[in-house]
Amino acid sequence: MTLAAEIDRADEALPQKSRVWAKLRRNRTAMVGFVLVVFFVAIAVLAPVLPIADPTATSWTDVRSPPSAQYWFGTDEIGRDVFSRMIWGARASLLAGVISVAIAVAIGLPVGLIAGYFGGWIDQVISRVTDALLSTPFLILAIALAAFLGPSLTNAMIAIGLSAMPIFVRLTRGQVLAVKTEDYVEGARAIGLSHPAIITRYILPNVLAPILVQSTLTIATAIIAEASLSFLGLGQQPPAPSWGSMLNVAKNFLTQAPWMAWAPGTAIFLVVLGFNLLGDGLRDALDPRSD
Amino acid sequence: MLAYVGKRIAIAIPTVLIVSLFVFSLQHLLPGDPILVLAGEERDPAVIEFLREKYRLNDPIPVQYLAWLGNVLQGDLGISWRTNQPVLELIGQKLPVTIQLAVMAMIIAMLIGIPAGILSAVKKGTVIDYTANVIALSGLSIPNFWLGILLILLVSVHLGWLPASGYESPFVDPVRSLQTMIMPAFVLGTALAATLMRHTRSAMLGVLQADYVRTARAKGLRERRVVLRHAFRNGLLPVVTLSALLFGELLAGAVLTEQIFTIPGFGKLIVDAVFNRDYAVVQGVVLCTAVGFIVMNLIADVLYALLNPRIREGL
Amino acid sequence: MRKMTLAAMLLAATALSLPAHATDFRIGLQEDPDVLDPDQSRTFVGRIVYAALCDKLVDITPDLEIVPQLATDWSWSDDGLQLTMNLREGVTFHDGTPFDAEAVRANIERSTMMPESRRKSELASIAGTEVTGPHQVTFTLTNPDATLIAQFADRAGMMISPTAAAEAGVGFGANPVCSGPFQFAQRIQQDRIVLERFDAYWNADAIHLDSVTYLPIPDTTVRLANLRAGDLHMLERLAATDAASVRADDDLQYAEAVSLGYQGITINVGNGEGADHPVGTNTLLRQALELSIDRQALNQVVFEGVFAAGNQSFPPNSPWYNADIPIPARDVERARELIAEAGFERVPLEVMVTNNPVDMQVGQVLQAMAGEAGFDITLRAMEFASLLADQSAGTYQASRIGWSGRVDPDGNIHQFVTCDGGINDSGFCDPAVDALLNTARTSTDPAVRKQSYDAARAILAEELPLIYLYHQTWIWALADTVEGFTPYPDGMIRLEGVMVQ
Repeated sequence: MTLAAEIDRADEALPQKSRVWAKLRRNRTAMVGFVLVVFFVAIAVLAPVLPIADPTATSWTDVRSPPSAQYWFGTDEIGRDVFSRMIWGARASLLAGVISVAIAVAIGLPVGLIAGYFGGWIDQVISRVTDALLSTPFLILAIALAAFLGPSLTNAMIAIGLSAMPIFVRLTRGQVLAVKTEDYVEGARAIGLSHPAIITRYILPNVLAPILVQSTLTIATAIIAEASLSFLGLGQQPPAPSWGSMLNVAKNFLTQAPWMAWAPGTAIFLVVLGFNLLGDGLRDALDPRSD
Repeated sequence: MLAYVGKRIAIAIPTVLIVSLFVFSLQHLLPGDPILVLAGEERDPAVIEFLREKYRLNDPIPVQYLAWLGNVLQGDLGISWRTNQPVLELIGQKLPVTIQLAVMAMIIAMLIGIPAGILSAVKKGTVIDYTANVIALSGLSIPNFWLGILLILLVSVHLGWLPASGYESPFVDPVRSLQTMIMPAFVLGTALAATLMRHTRSAMLGVLQADYVRTARAKGLRERRVVLRHAFRNGLLPVVTLSALLFGELLAGAVLTEQIFTIPGFGKLIVDAVFNRDYAVVQGVVLCTAVGFIVMNLIADVLYALLNPRIREGL
Repeated sequence: MRKMTLAAMLLAATALSLPAHATDFRIGLQEDPDVLDPDQSRTFVGRIVYAALCDKLVDITPDLEIVPQLATDWSWSDDGLQLTMNLREGVTFHDGTPFDAEAVRANIERSTMMPESRRKSELASIAGTEVTGPHQVTFTLTNPDATLIAQFADRAGMMISPTAAAEAGVGFGANPVCSGPFQFAQRIQQDRIVLERFDAYWNADAIHLDSVTYLPIPDTTVRLANLRAGDLHMLERLAATDAASVRADDDLQYAEAVSLGYQGITINVGNGEGADHPVGTNTLLRQALELSIDRQALNQVVFEGVFAAGNQSFPPNSPWYNADIPIPARDVERARELIAEAGFERVPLEVMVTNNPVDMQVGQVLQAMAGEAGFDITLRAMEFASLLADQSAGTYQASRIGWSGRVDPDGNIHQFVTCDGGINDSGFCDPAVDALLNTARTSTDPAVRKQSYDAARAILAEELPLIYLYHQTWIWALADTVEGFTPYPDGMIRLEGVMVQ
């Protein structure tokens, strides 16, 4: 949840190409995380073909009816099936997690590479802007962005992605700084390789492992951020389901229809836990010190 | 040391400027007309025009920005568009509330996180370690608002033990102040407790393998004494530094917590201001948060530098 | 074990701390009011606080009769251009300034002249205010205005201390001074507003509370939880979906009143380029849209039938309601025919909705209902500020929005559908409607007014620039210890006669 802590956690990771998968498989909690993630990805991908009710189909006669054989998780405020909305909601959540992190990495990685590799005034400018973004609290920045861009899932993803981007800039830059004085990089420079070649061939591979760990952990944060924004009415817009917006509505019916809140709340918890366990396991697996 | 701090402050100034410029452009370039809301249901054109002039919305954005910046440099953050209250006064009113919340959350997080981290490190690889780890990660994985809602439902509505929302100043009614704050502080503290637990664990693991701890063990000291007297004292230092750093994040995490528990603090101030398009408040609060963040970071870095002379010399 | 003790301690402390505040009346509000200056404020929730803080020239009864408050009686000149009011004697403002004709003149001047004043359009017909006696004022009007007295029953008629107003100027809201039963004590934004009993109040015998504390608690669930936990004496705007559980609760009382306002769909029929869409340009499609909606079912699904379904600017229980045009029953077949007649199969329509859960729910129900008749409605969820901006600029097709309502019927219709109406976001314009509504506005004969409104409604019900859907019901929940509360259709909480056992 806390970003500074995540940077620390990811920092500890160092590249180790061999035996990573084997180590990961031996880590039982990481495998639990892996299974959770795979499970939710599977239902998100398979949602259209699963034999479940239309998540937007309304039934005036079954408004807020409790769980039953027909509606496993009950129905919501306008008579939609909570179970199928929960399954479809996995799409919004995972998309939000993955795409916003993709945005963050797509911008953060190259910018961080440039800052770290070239240094000088470029580094100064980039670092100051990064500091500025980091000194505005993540959620406040995302709320402001999402509110001003207009409430929608796309804008929420942009807002989360931009807010998460500075972590990747900082992380990448730090890794580059650590690597760039290594002998093999100095050597490559000495034989006159071009900057892009050095970056892609020698620097990038060494940066990827911590980025991978950080990405996994940030997906967890981003899913919570999307849920939080949707909870504030700034994320996915109805009738399309998202766990955060389902909770936003459900909180008005906590006493009359608690089942509306249980499904999305539990789903968020499990998927975020999954990513956290997996990210944690990855960190350990990629860390040469832990054996 | 002074030179180091001076340098850090010099770096912080452009950072704050960038933040303020960023937020300023953001709110002025994007859609939604705050004046239409401010003008009232009847939307009298004369009032709309007057308000646009009054809040300088007819000026070009750079001019608006410089005017705002000029006022800030004179210590004037403007007045709330919604309630006509000076922004500085609002901040003075709300900041202590959030700080109280954050301090209580920090205490709760430390009370849970540090002992759990020590236990987990001492019992490394056992069921206790695994359980503590999974519980910690669960704490990180529960969204604040979800936990908050569950607690309100359980503790306030069903059990009736604590008030569901609100705030009382500890100087007016300390008991009620505690009552209203304990649930939100717990909600805010859980994620932090998890982070602290994990850091305590790894710090303790490092220290427990250090030579002096081995020596202490070899001398035949009881394990409890070794852990608490020798390992803990040294292992705790980085955790304390980290706590200072995390305190800033707590302030940010308070945003949602305050929204759920209706606590009139900093987070609620900014969220309501964003939704009401109260530009003066948004602008002032973000500036203030950024400065606060930078100061917290600075303190953390200075602390770290003090504890770790190699860094001081390196800079 | 330790946790248990802590909980027990807190429990004991709660029990001890409650009786000490027994005479402080605690009211849960849905929002935090804006600035507490009757001339500058614009929110509904602010008016709830004024009901205890600021007396008005006149007040209303629950049946919307105008009754004396600070003015004891009044009379119109024959040409309807002069209104003479006699004022209550022996009234003082909270700061000791006496209330007299001069104070009224100063107040009206402030409301009409101060650049920040939001009251100008309400008092636009006043050309001059003359002090015709120590306790008598005469208003001269530019044209006959049947709505003026009703305006005096709201913020435009609230009297603030001229001394305090002159001193504080625009900053009056920081420490408002009026002449109501309670005086301002303290405000912490987003937390509370505290008012204390004003001992020199002219009607002090009717006041049985020592102080009032208003607590903004936006979340309806949390607001109700606070009432149930005994932290509040009453709350306003209970969620309709909680009504049944409050009614069933022996420890709580339930009170309701159908509001003066309406909720509906405003369709862009002539406001800028945005009006160029099928539903905006084709009356048949608007009629089809109306027929596709089952207003009773909407009310039932979203509000558990607690609100009032409606199809006009005034609720069906209003004397101004045109009974010849009842709420049309849903007729999907007829709607499809109309769509076909208009030359369409499926009709696209984008509807703006504010992004709060209840509004979204209404939007989705409408979407589903209209979908069955052939409308492909896309909901554009927006924040209120952006929605207003688009609506006013005409960059929209349709908007799910409403109106808080006014005591005089004019306030619910004239400015929305007359060609030059100040908030005619629909862009509707029909000289016949203008003529009828202007007649209704200027005539002081209720029969003439009623006739004009009925005739205008007949045209509007065909043209449908606005499709009215329902009228909100104000719902209050009170602790069973509270006595003497009277619900009013304006949604205000009047504390005269209210007491706690």
